[in-house]
Amino acid sequence: MNILNFFIIVPLITVFLILFSKSLKTTRIIAAVGMTIQLLLALWLMYYYLVHYGLKQLHKMIFVSDTVWFPTLNIHYAIGVDGISTAMILLTAIVIFAGVFVSWTMENLHREFFISLIVLATGVFGFFISYDLFTMLLFYELAVIPMYLLIGIWGSGPKEKHAMKLTLMLMAGSALIIAGLLGIYFSTPIVNGHHTFNMLEISKYTLPIKAQRLFFPLTFVGFGVLGALFPFHTWSPDGHASAPTAVSMLHAGVLMKLGTYGVFRVAIYLMPEAAHEMAWIFIILTSISVVYGAFGAIMQKDLKYINAYSSVSHVGMITFGLLMMNATAIDGAILQMISHGIMTALFFALIGMIYGRTHTRNVYEMGGLLRVIPFLGTMYMIAGFASLGLPGFSGFVAELNIFTGAFLHADLFHRVATILVISSIVVTAVYILRFVGIMLMGPIKHEEHLKLKDATWYEKLSTITLVVSMLAIGLYPVWIINTIMGSLKPIMLKILGG
Amino acid sequence: MIQGIPITHILVVSVIMFFTGVMGFIIRQNLIAILLSIELMLNAVVMNFLVFNRYLFPHHLQGHFFGLFVIGVAAAEAALAIALILNVYRRFKHIDPDKLNEMKY
Amino acid sequence: MANFSYTIYILLVPLLIFAIVGIWGGKWKPIISGLIGTFGIAFILVLSYYAAYQYFFVVNHVGHYKQIVAMNFLWLPFNKILNVHMGILLDPISAMMLIVVPTISLMSHWYSLGYMKGERGFARYYAFLSLFTFSMLGLVLSTDILQMFIFYELVGVSSYLLIGFYYQRPSAVAAAKKAFIVTRFADFGFLVGILVLVYYTHSFDFMQITDPHSPVFRTILGKAFLGYSVLAWALSLIFVGAAGKSAMFPFHIWLPDAMEGPTPVSALIHAATMVVAGVFTVARIFPIYVHYTPNVLLMIGYVGGFTSLFAALIAMTQFDIKRVLAYSTLSQIGYMMVGLGVSRYGGEEGLGYTAAMFHLFTHAMFKALLFLGAGSIIHAVHSNFMQKMGALRKYMPITHITFLVAALAISGIPPFAGFFSKDKILEAAFMHNRLLFWVEYITAGLTAFYIFRLYFKVFWWTDEPQCDCKPHESPSTMTIPLIILAILSSTVGFIPFNKFVTPDLKAFPVETDWGLVSASVAIGLLGLGFAWFLYRKENDLPDKIVNALGKLYQWTYDKFYIDEIYLFITKKILFNLVARPIAWFDRHIVDGFMVGVAIVTGKTAEKIKGFQSGHLQQYAFVFIASVLIIALTVLYFIGA
Repeated sequence: MNILNFFIIVPLITVFLILFSKSLKTTRIIAAVGMTIQLLLALWLMYYYLVHYGLKQLHKMIFVSDTVWFPTLNIHYAIGVDGISTAMILLTAIVIFAGVFVSWTMENLHREFFISLIVLATGVFGFFISYDLFTMLLFYELAVIPMYLLIGIWGSGPKEKHAMKLTLMLMAGSALIIAGLLGIYFSTPIVNGHHTFNMLEISKYTLPIKAQRLFFPLTFVGFGVLGALFPFHTWSPDGHASAPTAVSMLHAGVLMKLGTYGVFRVAIYLMPEAAHEMAWIFIILTSISVVYGAFGAIMQKDLKYINAYSSVSHVGMITFGLLMMNATAIDGAILQMISHGIMTALFFALIGMIYGRTHTRNVYEMGGLLRVIPFLGTMYMIAGFASLGLPGFSGFVAELNIFTGAFLHADLFHRVATILVISSIVVTAVYILRFVGIMLMGPIKHEEHLKLKDATWYEKLSTITLVVSMLAIGLYPVWIINTIMGSLKPIMLKILGG
Repeated sequence: MIQGIPITHILVVSVIMFFTGVMGFIIRQNLIAILLSIELMLNAVVMNFLVFNRYLFPHHLQGHFFGLFVIGVAAAEAALAIALILNVYRRFKHIDPDKLNEMKY
Repeated sequence: MANFSYTIYILLVPLLIFAIVGIWGGKWKPIISGLIGTFGIAFILVLSYYAAYQYFFVVNHVGHYKQIVAMNFLWLPFNKILNVHMGILLDPISAMMLIVVPTISLMSHWYSLGYMKGERGFARYYAFLSLFTFSMLGLVLSTDILQMFIFYELVGVSSYLLIGFYYQRPSAVAAAKKAFIVTRFADFGFLVGILVLVYYTHSFDFMQITDPHSPVFRTILGKAFLGYSVLAWALSLIFVGAAGKSAMFPFHIWLPDAMEGPTPVSALIHAATMVVAGVFTVARIFPIYVHYTPNVLLMIGYVGGFTSLFAALIAMTQFDIKRVLAYSTLSQIGYMMVGLGVSRYGGEEGLGYTAAMFHLFTHAMFKALLFLGAGSIIHAVHSNFMQKMGALRKYMPITHITFLVAALAISGIPPFAGFFSKDKILEAAFMHNRLLFWVEYITAGLTAFYIFRLYFKVFWWTDEPQCDCKPHESPSTMTIPLIILAILSSTVGFIPFNKFVTPDLKAFPVETDWGLVSASVAIGLLGLGFAWFLYRKENDLPDKIVNALGKLYQWTYDKFYIDEIYLFITKKILFNLVARPIAWFDRHIVDGFMVGVAIVTGKTAEKIKGFQSGHLQQYAFVFIASVLIIALTVLYFIGA
């Protein structure tokens, strides 16, 4: 049996076992064990790929299997991974692993919570392993739907409203995606009496340019909504602010990457001609995203809003890198997906932990926390430094790739946009340091904050996992760069060759 | 063919009957009256069947059969409708269709 | 060829110490962290001295040097041709920095054992010092311009952490933030400059891009943008980065505030090593500057000259002793930039370059000494302000003598170190640019004046200190580094730099222009004498002069309001006119639009739900009416 199936089966078994759990204790242990297995699987997969292909910059779809699932429409359950999806799977496994430990004390309806969380993760795993467009979409929806419940039930603030906003906007995106995917499907030539949803098959054809012009923007915007593309990003601050900690982590860390991954794998990869034609529109939008998100973050008060805007800015950088359509920039963009995923998960985890202690997310009500909760404070600073692109952390490598790749374009437009995007590193430094200064440093503002307790073991475990992952990429990036580069080769051929 | 009476006369009568029924159906606020209006429309239709059969195809009987069939169905329908109306009346103590809005919205 | 592979430990050891002390240091007795840090640095010092010795005397013939790549590994591949390497590049200037950085670092480590005793976060302090040492060494040993950028960022962050060491003090937090953001802004320029440069040269490698005859420059020459050559743009932008780190005008604002950090940190980072990173960068790329863009080099010289004069003026009026020293640092770095700016290439023409590097070297010694001395004073008096001091010579003899040595060195009085290097810069300026020469000449006088003003105010002026404290000499952990540095400050001037550090890596003979020497000594003595006259004994003459100067004094005292201008730009314009409207725009317009779509949908549904009334009769009416209308229309058209 194909090993990739375990990425679906393990969470499903975990969910099934949780159904019979009586108390929070057993629930969380089952979840933790399940997700640890998942993480080990992902690590093994990464290791396997690295040793056999990644380090040599080779490309191969491994563990490919293809089962017809719905013959009438020629829908297959087709799975297989290359270097890029392996990396994304590893990211997902890391974030969900940390997420489970962050929700260690989720008292309220614990079974339902963990089940929804894991179902969400299943959707994400499924999305990354499949290469049949329709199956991908199916898993995509599977990942989006539990979000509504998770925010609506376990959230905070005006959670129903924000859950509704988030889900509706994402559903609107899905509608565009479905239209786009069907469009692609019907533009493929008929082989054996059928069109095809198979991405690898489709990539061998050049879709008619008229179809591309129509369906490229549809899929791009559709996936772009999940990737917080300006101006469709407004679900992100509200949704993240209301979501419970683990969900914010998963959402900003992984789910938003579904959007950018879709942009890359479906919109740009399958329709490169239209992408070349229309890139300028989206380059403008993403450049706006990057700078605008950064400036938007400066004036926020709520920690989660700050981070949500910062995510808009950073994810904007991913899309920007993808649109540059050269290997270096796309490589950087994919690295940024991973890097931002881990970094923002760390941020949200810490925000959740700090909120759990101070019972406020308003930065102006906190101060001097570094003294009372040194571990969490230090971690927050590390996350901050990673976010502003300090060398040694993954973000720097990713951003450097994006900037360099983008700047390699010959025409002035691309380069001016690049300089604009680079300028965001200054603004990022401004807001990160500003809030670190207000919240962690300075005198302690409230007496009761003096009694706060520092991190517990499960909190340490989850944050350290994330920090180590960032360092593993940031200190010596060659391994992951080579893996991604290798898998990018055929894709670049398609993108540039058309 | 009925001597001295052109088909149009009869058709006019049936049209008047039919639209009286339509009008009754639309404007009456009483279920019984609405039922009566429906019967009126049915009767107008039956009349048309018969008249067309008689005037246009005197050697065929389909129109007559259909007329009988409609009468039969109408009778069944009336029985059912009156049963429903009675039940409505028992429950709500009125038979005004506009006020029967428990299940709406 | 000797094997330089051991040089990797020069970088690895401090990084390791940072990791170890940073993670576990908090659990140990503080002194253990301190000792680990200090002995680690001592180990690096030995290695670096050995490496420098090997480089200067063993591997190369004195006077003929080559660039040696001691080690190099691929760190980040961009594409087939463009790769970032990490490695260690040895050439005269990096070998020289191998002497400067560990020396000053060791002195600071050692000194801090006494100075920081009993402070909260002692282990953290040593961890950060190690991080800084690592980053600074990585910076000077870079083989690759992006490696340099990476370490630029890292020194920036370690400086941030150390300035903000007393993180509960709001002023320290603000200063740290300011330092980081200002240098980040400059780094933005640096990065864009690198990208522009690399776009044409397709190489990050210093071996390639600092060699003017290298083929990588073939494409960039002749390309122009907005009237200037692209190379000039790139190099100007790179200079922006250098100016940020070296706190050249207008990026100088962060440096005086950086004095919020512990004093040994000021000595190490903000006086002796990190701030010269910019000078080092310009020196590193100097061959390109001088060959292809002499105009940019001239601009660098003018920026340096302006900064040195400007900072010296401000230094004359400040009362916080660390601030005086900070402005003096600015002024001296300005000197170095002038030295580079007036330099040419090849033989004696490269005097400015040599002099700038020489000044960097000597300045590191005596400025560290000045700062550590100031730290010793502050340690005794518990105040930064010279109004609280006076007559300290009676209580702190060692500090007094060493401070005097440093003051003489910075004023350019022979035979102390500063004299030799400063004189060479003046000589180079005299040869190539008279305007800069006069600016620097005046600055030399001002320098002697402000440093001796400080000296007399602190050690003489009154009969008894004006603080309610009992001043005492500092412990030996603090005084021994002072003595060592004092010895260095009085001797390093005799090193014949023209044999070792030259732009074309070849020694050149140097002749002394005795007229210039006497002139420069004269102006130094003049400044000294003037300070002696005003501040030797308590009197009201200085106040009278202040009153006579009026507004001019006020302006200088308030640092020409540059800080206020920055504050206005950031707080008023960026925050209030950009960030706030964007936040509002996002919440109300963009999100409002999305919400608006939802509201419109809802409202529309509310309106049209009447169609589904459930009123049978209404349906029937609509149905029949529609049928009639359709039927009549059809009949009308068909029938007609």
